[in-house]
Amino acid sequence: MSLNEEVELLRNVPLFANLEPSKLKLLAFTSERLTFRKDQDLCTEGDMGDAAFIIIEGECDVLISTAGGAMTSVAKAKKHDFVGEIAILCDVPRTATVRALRDVTVLRISKELFFRLVREFPEMAVQIMRELAARVERTNSQLARALGRASN
Amino acid sequence: MEKSIFKYILRYSARQQINLTILAAISFPFVYAFYELPKLIINKAIQVNPEDFPRPFELFGIDFGALGVPEVGQLPWLFSLCALFLVLVLINQGFKYVINVYKGLTGERMLRRLRYDLYGRVLRFPKSTFRNMSQGEIIPMITAEVEPLGGFIGDAYSQPSFQGGQLLVILGFLFAQDWRMATAAVALYPLQLYIIPKLQKRVNLLGKERVRLVRQLSDRIGETVNGVEDIHVHDTSRRERAEFARRLGTIFTVRYKIYRQKFVIKFINNFIQQLGPFFFYSIGGYLAIKGQLEVGTLVAAITAHKDLAAPWKELLNYYQQQADARIKYEVVVSQFEPVGLLDAEMQEQEPETDVALVGDAALVNVKLYDDQETAVVDGANLKFSLAERIALVGPPGSGREDLAMLLARLVTPSAGSITVGGADLAKAPEAIIGRRMSYVGAGGFVFAATVGDNLYYGLRHKQLRANIDEAAAQEHDAATSEARAAGNSVDDMRAEWTDYAGAGTDGPDALAIRALDVLDMVELTSDVYQFGLRGSIDPKSEPQIAQAVLRARMRLRERLDADETAGHLVERFDRALYNANATVGENLVFGNPVGDAFNMDRLGENAYVLEILEKAGLTEKALQTGHQIAATMVELFADLPPDHEFFQQFSFISSEDLPVYQAILGRVGKDHLDQLKPDERARIISLTFLLIPARHRLGIMTEEFQGQILEARKMFAENMPENLRGAIEFYESENYIAASNLQDNILFGKVSYGEAEAASRVGQLLSDVIAETDLRETVVRVGLNFHVGIGGTRLTPAQRQKLILARSLIKRPDLMIVADGLSSVDPATLARIVERVVEEFRGRSLVWLVQLAELAARFDRVVVMRSGKIVKSGTFEELNGSGDGLANLIEDKA
Repeated sequence: MSLNEEVELLRNVPLFANLEPSKLKLLAFTSERLTFRKDQDLCTEGDMGDAAFIIIEGECDVLISTAGGAMTSVAKAKKHDFVGEIAILCDVPRTATVRALRDVTVLRISKELFFRLVREFPEMAVQIMRELAARVERTNSQLARALGRASN
Repeated sequence: MEKSIFKYILRYSARQQINLTILAAISFPFVYAFYELPKLIINKAIQVNPEDFPRPFELFGIDFGALGVPEVGQLPWLFSLCALFLVLVLINQGFKYVINVYKGLTGERMLRRLRYDLYGRVLRFPKSTFRNMSQGEIIPMITAEVEPLGGFIGDAYSQPSFQGGQLLVILGFLFAQDWRMATAAVALYPLQLYIIPKLQKRVNLLGKERVRLVRQLSDRIGETVNGVEDIHVHDTSRRERAEFARRLGTIFTVRYKIYRQKFVIKFINNFIQQLGPFFFYSIGGYLAIKGQLEVGTLVAAITAHKDLAAPWKELLNYYQQQADARIKYEVVVSQFEPVGLLDAEMQEQEPETDVALVGDAALVNVKLYDDQETAVVDGANLKFSLAERIALVGPPGSGREDLAMLLARLVTPSAGSITVGGADLAKAPEAIIGRRMSYVGAGGFVFAATVGDNLYYGLRHKQLRANIDEAAAQEHDAATSEARAAGNSVDDMRAEWTDYAGAGTDGPDALAIRALDVLDMVELTSDVYQFGLRGSIDPKSEPQIAQAVLRARMRLRERLDADETAGHLVERFDRALYNANATVGENLVFGNPVGDAFNMDRLGENAYVLEILEKAGLTEKALQTGHQIAATMVELFADLPPDHEFFQQFSFISSEDLPVYQAILGRVGKDHLDQLKPDERARIISLTFLLIPARHRLGIMTEEFQGQILEARKMFAENMPENLRGAIEFYESENYIAASNLQDNILFGKVSYGEAEAASRVGQLLSDVIAETDLRETVVRVGLNFHVGIGGTRLTPAQRQKLILARSLIKRPDLMIVADGLSSVDPATLARIVERVVEEFRGRSLVWLVQLAELAARFDRVVVMRSGKIVKSGTFEELNGSGDGLANLIEDKA
């Protein structure tokens, strides 16, 4: 896949939809394209994060460890999803483990590059806020459903 | 050292000086004859009545006729005398040559001795000297300032005797002709002798001042170099410039004054010199007109005066030189006689046998005063067995560092005595202090050499035997007689110095094993292992290592082939396949460049590479690709600020070059590549060669192009011209690549760009393979050859400190003192190191300045210092149990 195709792909990621093509090209060129094999972890819960990932191809499981120590899948991440951004945004350890369900190709965006983009393009920051808010909303409703089930 | 340069010269080169004087004396008769002969030619051969010939030949009062030589005519007379004249010219010039060369030899030899003596003194300076005297002062004294002394030393005694003698000879000749004229010629000399020294004295003082100022200037430059960080941090370059300008200004003023005065002297000198002819012409002329003097006599006087001028001038020059040299010598030597200079005996004495220190160490009422006369150690008393391991603790300012330095004899006590194993430290030679004892402190230094050299530094006290390499040994022996004549060391640097027995081993191999132990002890092994991976070996001199590396290469290949997930991690070099993780240039050349014939960053400038491109029909394609890369780079990077880190990390083109490419692209479109100038073509093609398809993903590397490059690779190897053979070491899976490092030799390929965590997984694989093939030790040994850079700058501070500690450990001292030399090592590591070193010193003595109470628990005894005194001593349990606990004793709760 060439740089131009990667740019096309980035354009389909909601977060980057509004960026100028030349910036997208720079983003694509300066990020690393990596392949994770099945069962390899993109990031591990508890580690300090230094990069976020855009999934180009494949599917991942988002896992968090429960009180008993077992890993529970809380979501799936698929093509065009942006994962791993919380740890680099808030300087906290990774909140979840992201594991490849099959061979997964990603663009790895370093923390430094990510911040540079957020600073330079406020519309990207707004986009991130939206995304995060949506996730909180989703989690809340999942929690409500779970509580409802438990009381039944 | 001798206070005066003349004494110094006489003491060490009296024989040479006498030889020079004798040589000068032997030459005088010839000089006399040389002056006499022209007169004879005129009087006896030219201005003689031809009818007087033939007559017997006679010269300098020798009658050759009486010896049976037949009478000769006028012309033979003339030519014989002229031939003799020519012979005398040769003899006199010959004397000059021999004398000058001998002078040069004497001077250079003495200069060598002087420098060696001065350096020897630096080695014996007490530590306190370096507080008042900087590198910037010491270095120019030993290098530049004494340099002119070499020239003077050859002249010191011979010049006055030679020139003075010549003067006397000419004078004698003149007196023999006409005593009145001779007197007249030298009549003004006393005046010169009176005035010139007076003027010279002022110049000398200025000269002294100049030397001092220049020394301060170099000191200042040294300070700038050391403080450059703070200059940038605080934006003080303008002030530094002003300061420097002020100093230059002062030096300028002094130098200008020297010039003026020098030429005043010259002026007066020449004036007095010319007064002679003035008197001759005026007074002599007056007398001649009055008929009281013959004209011939007057002309003779003027000529004589002229002849005298040359040696007289030389003598005056000599006088100026000697004044200058005397001052220089005195100024330099006085700086090299600090108070407390270590006795030379103590450094050079070699003990007959190397005896271990056993018994006790005792400090009796030891006091040490600092510069302000404050007692930093104030009556310390301590006795410990040389089998005891002691933690020395105390609050900052308690004098513990000073006590440690006293114990290592880096400073000598102001009062009291220290004995270690019966040896009085004040009188012990360095052969004991530096071999049976060791010290690790904040001032520890890593020399600009390899890790191994630094590690073994403490084992290299003396030359143990001659060089095994006979040619090198002979070369050294040839140079020793000259070194001896200059009083220099005659030890052979390249012979065996490493004291294997001192490290408890019997040879290089055993020492290397011991080195690994010590590296483990200070946790430096994995660092050195990493150096080793990046290090290279010479497969010719170490074929067994090369073989082992090739085995590891095979093993890695098996591992990669066996494991499906690992298979993608490394893309191996294969002559038949294009390597997408290597640059286009590497793919074409397919080998490691040796020497400078091929520069991988600028392959587009290489004539042979261009020729191959042309042959393969690739020139057009390479230009198009390069043009496209340039266009992409300009598009991506044009609006980034020039100092943006992306340039270094990602761009093919540096920020300075970007405008150049912008201009090229603006002028030449991609359809008119034939309009490129030759140097632009080279630039553009070079870009193509830097492309790594797997990394850069520009989508311009088609399979067709890859196939063409493979074709070109073949041509490149096959058509290599004679003069370039050997400039590339081609990749062959059975061959060790000498120009490459161990890691690349084992990998024999490129780590894949697109694989997640490839670098760390490959590192792990490498480490496994190296362990499986028993190469780890070898890699660490190769790592010992890693060059640490000037002052060890290629190591981290923690690595430097560990290395300095390891250096002390490997020589197995009977008493080791560790003071504050491990500040950069993290606490957890430090605790582990302390534990291991304490264990290592079972049965020997260790004094460690520990900062943390819990570390002290590992030692046999804890000694507490406060206000320069030893206030408590006992086991950790005893001290920790009583009252506040040890932690409070360490902190200043008084």
